[in-house]
Amino acid sequence: MSTATAARESAPDVAKSRGPKFLQGWNMAALIFIGPAVLLLAVFMIYPAIRTVVLSFDNGLDNYVQLLTADPRFLSLRWPPGGSIFNNILWLLFYTGGCIVIGLIVAVMATRVRYERIIKAIVFLPMAIAATALGVIWRFVYSPDPDTGLINAILGVVGVDPISWLGNATFVNTALIIAGIWGSAGFAVVILSAALKGISSEILEAARVDGATEGQIFRRIIVPMLSLPISVIAVTLTINVVKLFDLVYIMTKGGPGNASNVIAVQMYQQFSARNFDYSATVAVVMLIILIPVMIFNIRRFRSERVVA
Amino acid sequence: MATVTFDHLYKRYGEDVIAVNDLNLEIGDGEFICLVGPSGCGKTTALRCVAGLEEISDGRLLIGDRVVNNVAPKDRDIAMVFQSYALYPHMSVFDNLAFGLKLRKTKKEDIDRRVKEAAEILGLERFLDRKPKALSGGQRQRVALGRAIVREPSVFLMDEPLSNLDAKLRVQTRAEIARLHQRLGTTTIYVTHDQVEAMTMGDRIAVMRDGILQQVGTPQELYDHPVNVFVAGFIGSPSMNFATTKSEGKDLMFGGHKLELAGEQARAADSRPDGASVLIGFRPEHIEIANGQQTSAVRIPATVDVVEYLGNDELIHAQAEGNEIVALLPSDKKVAVGDRVDFAVPMEKLHIFDPDSEKALAG
Repeated sequence: MSTATAARESAPDVAKSRGPKFLQGWNMAALIFIGPAVLLLAVFMIYPAIRTVVLSFDNGLDNYVQLLTADPRFLSLRWPPGGSIFNNILWLLFYTGGCIVIGLIVAVMATRVRYERIIKAIVFLPMAIAATALGVIWRFVYSPDPDTGLINAILGVVGVDPISWLGNATFVNTALIIAGIWGSAGFAVVILSAALKGISSEILEAARVDGATEGQIFRRIIVPMLSLPISVIAVTLTINVVKLFDLVYIMTKGGPGNASNVIAVQMYQQFSARNFDYSATVAVVMLIILIPVMIFNIRRFRSERVVA
Repeated sequence: MATVTFDHLYKRYGEDVIAVNDLNLEIGDGEFICLVGPSGCGKTTALRCVAGLEEISDGRLLIGDRVVNNVAPKDRDIAMVFQSYALYPHMSVFDNLAFGLKLRKTKKEDIDRRVKEAAEILGLERFLDRKPKALSGGQRQRVALGRAIVREPSVFLMDEPLSNLDAKLRVQTRAEIARLHQRLGTTTIYVTHDQVEAMTMGDRIAVMRDGILQQVGTPQELYDHPVNVFVAGFIGSPSMNFATTKSEGKDLMFGGHKLELAGEQARAADSRPDGASVLIGFRPEHIEIANGQQTSAVRIPATVDVVEYLGNDELIHAQAEGNEIVALLPSDKKVAVGDRVDFAVPMEKLHIFDPDSEKALAG
C-alpha cells in the first residue's frame, strides 16, 4: 500500500474517534449536515408515504381491484375510452408535446428578430401566474356568455352561437390542455432558447455551406443538439401532468360529469368524501406511475455527471 | 474547379464600418491563396462573402464565370473549414463526413465510397464510428478537412483552420494541407493571421489591413519587394528593422552618421528634398558584421544590448542612434553584450520608404 492510500484511509479514523461512543463509526460532520434534512423528510414524507400505502391495503386488495377494474371514473375500458388515467394520458401527449413544439418554434424564431427579449418576456409571463389564478383567467376566456368569454365573443363576430367550452364533454379536455400549455410553454421557451444560444453559429453555418435548407438545419442539427434540454422539459412536464390538480380543479372540478377528471383531482374527491383508504389507493397508483419517471431522471443526472 | 474573382467588392456594417473596402482580387483555377493580416483586417469577412455567409454590400463576386452575389451557400459549390471545426456533435465521424452528400441525395454506395476515400486520405478510418467528443483536437481538425473534401467542391475556403492546434501539430497539419492541395488541385482560399503559415503554404499571398488589400504576390515577391511599410513589417520573422533618416542628396543621414547609397536606393533618396525624413528598412537576417569586404553595403554602427542564443543563430538586439536594431547572426560571430559593432546591410537589401505615405521608394 502506498503512503498516499494509507493517508486517505486513515483520514476517516480521525473523524470516527470524536463524538460519543455510540456514534463511533459515523462521520459526525456528514451527520450534522444531513441529519436535520433526513429527520424532516422522515417525518413529513417517508412516514406519510408508508402510512398511505398501509391505508390503501385496509381492505386487503379490494381497493386495488375496484380501482383498476371496476371504477369507470378512474379507467373506463369501454369505447370511447375515458376516466382520469385516460385524461392524464391525453395531457401527457398533448400538453407536454404542445409545450415542447411551441417552445422550439418560439425559441428558434425569437433568436432571429430584434425584439427577442420582449417576445420571450411575453411568453414567459404566464409562468409567474399561480395555477389557480390561471384557472380563473381561463374560465373567463372560455365562458359561454359572450359578454365575458373572449372566445365566444370572437365567435359571435363571425356569427357562431356561443359554445360552452368547459361544459361540453367533447371540448373540455382540449380547452383545459390549451390553458395548461399557455401556462407552461414559457418554461420550454426559456430553457430551449438558452440552450439554443449554446449552439455555435459556426455549426449552423457549416450546415448551410454543406447544403442544408433552414428546415433541414432545424430538424437535423438544432433539434438533435437540443435533445438534452428537450428531455429535461419532457420529464419536468410529465411530472407536472401526473401531479396535475389545481388547474382542473379550479376550472371544471373534473366535469362535466367525469369528462375532464384527472388522477389527483379524483384522489382529492375521494378524500373529501371521507373514503380515506380508497383515496390512498389512488395516491399509491400515482406514486407507482411516477417511479419510472424519477428513475429516468436520476439516471440521466448521473450519466451527465460522468460525461462532464 | 474554378476561379474566384472579387470585383470592387465592399462589405459594410451600418454606416461607419467598412469591413472590406474595394477588394479586387483574381484567384486562379487551382491556386492556393492566403489572405493574411492582423485581426480585424477584413480577411475573414472577405472569405465569408465567398461562402455566402455574409451579404455583399457592393461590387461583384464571381466563382468561375458566374456572379454569385445572390446565390445561396449551398448552390455555390464551395466547402468551408471553420476555425472551431464546427463538427456536428451529435453525429459520428462518418455522418459528419456524409451529411453534405446525404443532403444532395447522393447514392448510398457513392457516399460510402467517398467517405471511405476521404477517411483514408486523412487517416480517419479507425474513427468513423466515434463522435467528435471522443477525438483529439488534431483528429477533429482532420474530420473538418474531410467534411470539405468529400464534397469535391470547386473551391475550398479555410478560416484559420490551424489556430486551435498546438505548435507541433500545426506544423504537421500545415504540411498535410499542402499535400492535400497538391493531390486534389482544388482552388483554395486560406485565411490566417500567421504570416509564417501564409509564407509556407500560399502560391500567392494577399495582405490586408483595415479592409484594404495592401499587396498580392508570391511569398518571395512580398518578402523581397514589399510595397509599403505595413507589408514590410508584417511579412518576415523576426520583423524588419525600421529607422528614420534625413535625405542629403543621394545619401541619407542616420543621426550623425552618413549612409552612402548607390543605384535604386540613391535615386530614391535623391527624389526627396534635402533634409526631408526618409524611412529605411532592413531585415534582421540580412545584417552582417562589417569586415571591410562588403563592397556595396551601408554601414550602421551600433551597441549590443541583448544577445538571444537560438542554437545555430543568435538574435542580437542593439541600439543605433536611438533606434533598436535586431540582427540575426550566426552564433560563431561571438558578439557580446556591450560590444560596439558595425553592421553592414547589402545595398540591394535596403528598403526605402516615404514616411508620410508609407509607400516603398526603393527595395
